[in-house]
Amino acid sequence: MANDQSTAAFVEFERVQKSYDGETLVVKDLNLSMPKGEFLTMLGPSGSGKTTCLMMLAGFETATHGEILLDGNPINNIPPHKRGIGMVFQNYALFPHMTVAENLSFPLEVRKMGKSDREAKITRALDMVQMGAFGGRRPAQLSGGQQQRIALARALVFEPELVLMDEPLGALDKQLRETLQFEITRLAHNLGITVVYVTHDQTEALTMSDRVAVFDDGRIQQLAPPDQLYESPENSFVAQFIGENNTLEGVVKDISGNVAHVELDGGELITCKPVNVTKAGERTKVSIRPERVEYNKERLSEDAHTLKAEVLEFIYMGDIFRTRLRVAGNDDFVVKTRNAPDQVRLKPGQQIEIGWLPEDCHALDA
Amino acid sequence: MADATNTNAGAHADDATGPVLAADGSPLKSSLNKALRAQKLRALALIAPLLIFVMVTFIAPIVDMLFRSVENQIVSETLPRTVAELGDWDATSETLPDDDVYAALYYDLFIAAEYKNHTRLGSRLNYEQTGMSSMFRRVGRNVGDFGELYLDQFEDLDERWDEEADWAALMAHPGYLEDAAEWRDNRDADRIDPRDTPAPRFRLAPGIADLLPQTAQAYSQYAEFMRTEEQETADEDQPWTLVDTMLYNDLMAASEADIAAYSGPMADALQAAHAAVPEFETATLKELFIESDDEWANLDNWATIKVYAPNYTSGYFLTAVDMKLGPDGMVSQPEDQQIYGLLFKRTLFMSMAITISCILLGYPVAWLLANLPMRSANLLMILVLLPFWTSLLVRTSAWKVMLQQQGVINDVLVWLGVVGDGDRLIMINNQFGTIVAMTHILLPFMILPLYSVMQTIPPTYLRAAKSLGATPFTAFWRVYFPQSVPGIGAGSILVFILAIGYYITPEIVGGTSGTFISNRIAYHISSSLNWGLAAALGTILLGAVLILYWAYDRIVGIDNVKLGG
Repeated sequence: MANDQSTAAFVEFERVQKSYDGETLVVKDLNLSMPKGEFLTMLGPSGSGKTTCLMMLAGFETATHGEILLDGNPINNIPPHKRGIGMVFQNYALFPHMTVAENLSFPLEVRKMGKSDREAKITRALDMVQMGAFGGRRPAQLSGGQQQRIALARALVFEPELVLMDEPLGALDKQLRETLQFEITRLAHNLGITVVYVTHDQTEALTMSDRVAVFDDGRIQQLAPPDQLYESPENSFVAQFIGENNTLEGVVKDISGNVAHVELDGGELITCKPVNVTKAGERTKVSIRPERVEYNKERLSEDAHTLKAEVLEFIYMGDIFRTRLRVAGNDDFVVKTRNAPDQVRLKPGQQIEIGWLPEDCHALDA
Repeated sequence: MADATNTNAGAHADDATGPVLAADGSPLKSSLNKALRAQKLRALALIAPLLIFVMVTFIAPIVDMLFRSVENQIVSETLPRTVAELGDWDATSETLPDDDVYAALYYDLFIAAEYKNHTRLGSRLNYEQTGMSSMFRRVGRNVGDFGELYLDQFEDLDERWDEEADWAALMAHPGYLEDAAEWRDNRDADRIDPRDTPAPRFRLAPGIADLLPQTAQAYSQYAEFMRTEEQETADEDQPWTLVDTMLYNDLMAASEADIAAYSGPMADALQAAHAAVPEFETATLKELFIESDDEWANLDNWATIKVYAPNYTSGYFLTAVDMKLGPDGMVSQPEDQQIYGLLFKRTLFMSMAITISCILLGYPVAWLLANLPMRSANLLMILVLLPFWTSLLVRTSAWKVMLQQQGVINDVLVWLGVVGDGDRLIMINNQFGTIVAMTHILLPFMILPLYSVMQTIPPTYLRAAKSLGATPFTAFWRVYFPQSVPGIGAGSILVFILAIGYYITPEIVGGTSGTFISNRIAYHISSSLNWGLAAALGTILLGAVLILYWAYDRIVGIDNVKLGG
């Protein structure tokens, strides 16, 4: 987009709440604002309220409280077919009694578009997803991946500015999923459309999105670009949910600026970066990413803190080694190391010392 | 595996011209069949009980019933000689059949009257020509007396012609008489039950069949009648007067020499009779028949007998389509007797009306059922099924209470002032009543297939359509409705086929203008006992349904019919 005002909100949720039964809130006080052209992913475990948010935006569910704005206009009372939002469903929802071309023609027909215009747009949309030759087929004659491409083309063919995707790749196998992840991102960026994408697959969220909103218990736990989300989680749920994570429990001894000292339950004292701990005496969960842990002494920096560890399991995974250790009473402490020629291969039962940089070690809420 | 075998196997595989062989060298196809045969047999054994049950209780009766629509042996079986004689008679000739026909008819009818078969034949022919039933019944009462004339004259000539023992001595084989006497003794002494041990089979005296052929034949039939119907032997009663008539015929035809050459029992009586017969007073059978009922002089009746003489007839089918078989071939029934065409048309029209009403009423209900939450859907389903759990008669009678002129609906309308007390609506005993009651009764058969199809349509389709910009109506009409068409198809076939053969409800609420063809079939089965016509009507109904089914398959495609899943 030429006059892209990337800061002006295109989609906004203002204090949105949703309850189905009048007793429990599925979505609790949701505030979200996204600029035009952004690819935002709602990530969370099932039942976290992410799909409900998407459905409210699409107009299939009404917000119990609060306001949803699209391009500055409240859309709470606009029926779904007048919102002009494209949508891709998990089970594709291609109309089985229509051919691929008829499926694509449907949104254009209901917009009373002329035949030649329709055909041009259908051809362009099919070419866009590399399905140009499949116009005459029925959905049942296509593979899952092909169906998803068609569903994508159908959601884009009427050129909506906002496209919602509800776990669109959930039913596909891994390889196909990865190909399509790339394609969807490419398309979204090329067309400059705004995408709200719902998934429970964190890899998908991290690889595709400009920003990720991590949902849990009806709230956004953290809304941040993927790298921030991974490297500086704001609470222990995000740390656990995004990527692999090692947790050590303990009590904060003291905090001074950017450094906190934590006494682990095993008695060891370690230095961490405080994130959402505020005062001494608080219980905390210390989070360290597996690939930031080092057991090769030469690679550890001078001031690195070390802990004793016992090797429980060593798994060869090709590109990496995955080692399970017992550290400070935790049997599930995982270390990932790159398969380099000089890398040590450990054996179960071996006693080693491990270490990490204090800034890679986050003291989070318990 | 050794190298040599390997190469061999390779050669086999490359040799693609012949049939594919299994490992032991036999053709793959036959080994596959062999492997599958046991499975198939086991499957067949599993379904065999049901298959046999269906064959015996369903297919066989239907085939038998359909067969009755062309079956017509009764005429040729009851009147075999008459039918043979009638072969030469021209039904369009405006002249009555000649005396030979009447003679044959006398012989046939005498025996039929003894066996009391003539009334059945009369009823059968009465379907085609009114009045023939009484004509046969009346002549059946008189035909026994037609031969009295000859009996009396023989009797006057010689008392022995009135004696059963003398007749038996003349006609029966001596061996038969001995067996008969022994059997009689056993019977009279209650040593045997005549129903379990029938009298000995009759044997003619040697040579008598050559001397007196017609008499021998008539007497044999009399003896057989005594044996099977009366549990008596031939010498226990006087022979039929038919035998006397035949004796007169034989004696008139026999030569003097033949009679003189006979030396068995009653030879003298036979010679005396032979000398006397030319002087006998005679009667013309034609006149006797016409005297007993002048319908026997009616050419139409004779034409009917001739037309329906063959063993198989298209007559029932022609009647079922308002035509009839005349001596000149097929002709239309008179206008005022054409009822079946009207009834068929009405049945088709009303079945379609009922099917359409069921679609209109059932579709929204099925949609609700498929889209409501489980609890409410189950409650609604019970309401749909409730009619199934009440008796059909109760439901139909309830409609009678509701719709009659002094009924609930009329009372309410009068109370509301919508109609005046004087002109209450007539809603029962007509087509309207039948359509209302049958729509109610057949509605579940529409709702259930619709529901099971709608259940398989995910709600995301409607959402997808709306998200693509379709109004709720467009989304329904272009996306949901086409996918529910298989359910409509299944429901319509079910309702239509059930409706077209429905009987009870139109019988109770249909009056005269709302009855179906099935009511007519039932009438012919149970009241008029014209089973042939009932079978023909049923066959046409079956044919009509099959044709409609075929047409439906061509237009909609039977693959598009789903009862579920």
